[in-house]
Amino acid sequence: MTTEINSEKVFSRTEGLCDIRQHYCPGCSHGIVHRLVGETLVELGVLERTVGVCPVGCAVFAYDYFNCDMLEASHGRAPAVATGVKRAVPDAIVFTYQGDGDLASIGMGEIVHAAARSENITVVFINNAIYGMTGGQMAPTTLLGQVSSTSPLGRDVKRTGYPIRVSELLATLDGATYITRQTVNNPKEVMATKKALAKAFSTQIEGKGFSLVEILCTCPTWLGRSPIESMTWIDEKMREVYPLGVVVDRTAER
Amino acid sequence: MSKRQLMKGNEAICKAAMDAGCSCFFGYPITPQNQVPEYLSTLMPAAGRVFLQAESELAAINMVYGAAATGVRVMTSSSSPGVSLKQEGISYIATAELPCVIVNVQRGGPGLGNIAPAQADYFQATRGGGHGDYRTMVLAPASVQEMYQFTRDAFDLAEKYRNPVLILADAILGQMMEPVEITLPPIPVPAPLPWGTRGTRKGSRTTVNTLLINPVDLEAINDRLLEKYARMAVEDLRWEESIPENTELLFVAYGSSARICQTSIEMLAERDIIAGLFRPQTLYPFPYAALKAAAQKVQKVMTVELSAGQLVEDVRLAVECTRPVEFYGRTGGSVFTPDEVADAAQRALGK
Repeated sequence: MTTEINSEKVFSRTEGLCDIRQHYCPGCSHGIVHRLVGETLVELGVLERTVGVCPVGCAVFAYDYFNCDMLEASHGRAPAVATGVKRAVPDAIVFTYQGDGDLASIGMGEIVHAAARSENITVVFINNAIYGMTGGQMAPTTLLGQVSSTSPLGRDVKRTGYPIRVSELLATLDGATYITRQTVNNPKEVMATKKALAKAFSTQIEGKGFSLVEILCTCPTWLGRSPIESMTWIDEKMREVYPLGVVVDRTAER
Repeated sequence: MSKRQLMKGNEAICKAAMDAGCSCFFGYPITPQNQVPEYLSTLMPAAGRVFLQAESELAAINMVYGAAATGVRVMTSSSSPGVSLKQEGISYIATAELPCVIVNVQRGGPGLGNIAPAQADYFQATRGGGHGDYRTMVLAPASVQEMYQFTRDAFDLAEKYRNPVLILADAILGQMMEPVEITLPPIPVPAPLPWGTRGTRKGSRTTVNTLLINPVDLEAINDRLLEKYARMAVEDLRWEESIPENTELLFVAYGSSARICQTSIEMLAERDIIAGLFRPQTLYPFPYAALKAAAQKVQKVMTVELSAGQLVEDVRLAVECTRPVEFYGRTGGSVFTPDEVADAAQRALGK
């Protein structure tokens, strides 16, 4: 005897992501953020005219993950590559997806000038306070005292200075139209991040210039904590240095 | 209908880029190529095209990468230290097989060097310049006319091979004024190439990537590049030679050095010495076989270049010890006079 089950599909992969297995570690935030970006592009109806630019770092394979046209940039240069695409094809929706080493260390020049020009692109900035792909080295966003493979006794302010608050730094530039800092360590923040991404991409769609969503993310592998402990660490440690919320919003003036 | 115009070498490059339908220019100020971004900052926007002064050479070449990926015609220009900075990006562009035109108006080096003419970037230009086994096609103009013509050709060649094409000029060629005769009509901006990654997919996405984790996959890319480079050496070699009967000494020189050699040849004639000139116009691919054949008609070969001896290595590879190969050069932005070259040639012949 067979039993008929009436099932309803309530959850599936977004069309904004390719049907491919991702390489990210368990507990890493990249998967959540990828999904949010993919969903946002679908919901805004722009997926088919989107060009993404992925970085060097853990998201280096993202050209295989986002279900839109994708370019892989050299380390730190994604905003310059995105500028080239956007200037050549102004109708395209162009985003970069960059980590803290890529964006705030080797690529600091490119991100600052893209913001200053109010380049009409959207930047998804993953801040997990560490270099992931290369093995847990100190990043420009590593917290004071945080242990990494190149600050084994903890980040020492006397030798390595202070963490960089990218969003606040960029917000000083008139060209920065919309910058916000979010996290994805609980469902409420995930929903808030999605709203922020929608606003950032809408800023671009409306031709209002540079938008950036900084997202505080977990790296359990190199933080040496469990996924849950890593999420708690964001609330207990990271948010103190990197407060959440809108850092600048000039969309009404543009 | 042809039109003769007096213009600077750097201006000729701009005129050629406009006439070739170049859509985007990204550059950064550096002497002695500044007239290129200066002219284009007017010409490009006036024609509804893209001019952007980048924040750095690194940014400029990566903007080129992005724009080239969309399938439009794109150019950047710089001078020696700036071209060094671009090398990582050029390696990516070559690996991704994107077409673009890169101009190097060479200046004195090494280091920050100076702004005087030099030809010391020959190795960098012809051996790839950045990391990995890639090459850029290298065109070497020797007049303002060729600055125009070769730049126009460079856009076609870049698309033919989906490869960066480098215009290797120098401060003399960039700054001097000569008449240019333009016989080809300008073409409008062409439609983007069909493979462009520009967010206009219909059911199939495209990607541009130079990361190939599996060594076998990366080796396959390398093999494809090598096949392409071999094809360049068959289909698009260029050189010019002038070898009168009974030539004793054959100068081999490109760019400004070749122009100087032309005067030296006249001076040597007054001293009853017959000299000829072999001028490679493509430095990569290099006309090895043509040069070897030319060398058989003379007693001695002399490479003349504004460097410590770079072109001379290719000349020796070409001549394969069938004739003595001498070298005469000056470095650091110092330029030899036609007399100095003629004297060096006379000494080399033991006269």
